[in-house]
Amino acid sequence: MSRPQGIRTDKLSLWYTKFQALVDVSLEIDHGRVTGLIGPSGCGKTTLLRSFNRINERIEGVRIEGHVHILGDDIYAPEVDLVELRKRVGMVFQRPNPLPLSVRENVLFGLRVHVPRGELRRDELNHAVESSLKEVGLWDALKDKLGQRATSLSLEQQQKLCIARLLPLRPEILLMDEPCSALDPSATQRVEELIRELRDRYTIVIVTHNMAQARRISDECVFMLLGQVIEHRRTEDLFLSPKDERTANYVEGRFG
Amino acid sequence: MGVFATSATARRRHRTQKLAFVVLLGVTVLLILPVLAILGMLVYRGAPALSLEFLFSEPVRGMTAGGIWPAIVGTMWLVGVSLAISAPIGVLAAVYLNEYAGDTWYTRVIHLAIVNLAGVPSIVHALFGVGAFVLFFEFGTSILSASLTLAIMTLPVIIASTKESLSAVPMSFREACWNVGATRWQTIRHVVLPNSIAGILTGVILQVSRAAGETAPIIFTGAAVFVPFLPSSVNDQTMALSMHLFTLSTQVQNVPQEITYGTALVLVGLVVLINGVSIVIRSRIRRRRKW
Repeated sequence: MSRPQGIRTDKLSLWYTKFQALVDVSLEIDHGRVTGLIGPSGCGKTTLLRSFNRINERIEGVRIEGHVHILGDDIYAPEVDLVELRKRVGMVFQRPNPLPLSVRENVLFGLRVHVPRGELRRDELNHAVESSLKEVGLWDALKDKLGQRATSLSLEQQQKLCIARLLPLRPEILLMDEPCSALDPSATQRVEELIRELRDRYTIVIVTHNMAQARRISDECVFMLLGQVIEHRRTEDLFLSPKDERTANYVEGRFG
Repeated sequence: MGVFATSATARRRHRTQKLAFVVLLGVTVLLILPVLAILGMLVYRGAPALSLEFLFSEPVRGMTAGGIWPAIVGTMWLVGVSLAISAPIGVLAAVYLNEYAGDTWYTRVIHLAIVNLAGVPSIVHALFGVGAFVLFFEFGTSILSASLTLAIMTLPVIIASTKESLSAVPMSFREACWNVGATRWQTIRHVVLPNSIAGILTGVILQVSRAAGETAPIIFTGAAVFVPFLPSSVNDQTMALSMHLFTLSTQVQNVPQEITYGTALVLVGLVVLINGVSIVIRSRIRRRRKW
């Protein structure tokens, strides 16, 4: 069965001033799956992730060659509006970064930014808050604390809130940069469960250092080394019968 | 002897540490002394002059009697007008430099200019004010000229302190905003400014005390030794506390010393009051924010 295409990169290369962080990366990531990006520190997996919503460009000295197509459109084409792109392609960071606002306002922040004041009806807003928080499993815990400051929640709740914050904008793609690295094991488990629940509705790309986590939650896995994609296969195959020797060495823990 | 018994070297080190502690404490206490001495002297010599009449009446008999009301009003005008000019310009410039501008040769030139402007002596600001505002723009010696001069003097510090407050807002907040597709301005408006406003206000208010205290920049540009009426617009000349103090202590003879010290006490009191307000604002806003 062929699935619709989520993300496709064509010979994508990226330089930080002189250092080449990505080398001719050509990838196809299916829509509606969880794809794990694994590899040792500095291999370019986070850089690759950040080039999917063009947030790398805020760093000085970045130069990019090649193409990234998301849902069929070239996102580096001149007519692309970054605002529209980032609505469709949401990102979750290593450390939860809720804004210092209430829980409710965090969830609604995206809508407030995009829809002119006065065009948002109160019941629509309430609905957006409720459905987004339900989708990430926070509604029951937080429905009576919507006015509480988001920065006072537990880290697990903060990270889930950061996912919920993306949902009112109806994104297609969720990028996650080591979303569990600041969480304890039981919180990690619950966030992983959430990622599994979200997988059918979104294309999820997750960067992780934790190979066991990549095995647990991803359908496909991409192994990177020194800015290059070494192997991209179904997670099971990549871990059980890697084709490339370097992949085998990494997944068996001989380096990295 | 037990394993953990103290040795001769350990005891000696301990003594050295104690000595160092006492010396450091002593030096720190020395810092407070001048402040206490100045305040003490001002209160001791100036307090007898203080009265409602002293605060709210005009000087009379060649300034050897009467009050200082026109100078208080004048100082408020100067500080108010100069801040109305320098605060918006300074804050907006800092927002541009910190949030929009990259690190290019011309932003480096701007930084260099700001640092140097901050280092220019106030008397040089005064001469510039005379040349630029009084003569070239023909504002004359007026509150406007004096305030513009003060504004230029306070601007670089306002820019620097605002920039510092802005860069204290964690980068992750900005990334969170960009990721839901907020523009730079929306990010600044909704997240960066609300979280740095305490620091920005503190920086601005601290410049109030500087503007209130400086004498040189206003001496040729708008402040007068004696004006028989209160200013009614920015085109008037005015008296000012700092200028009045300078006049009383150097230009007029036979001034009772409690009038001079009373004027100084009012000036210092005003500055302390303003700084106090800024501390209260800062701690109020700080207590609200947590990240």
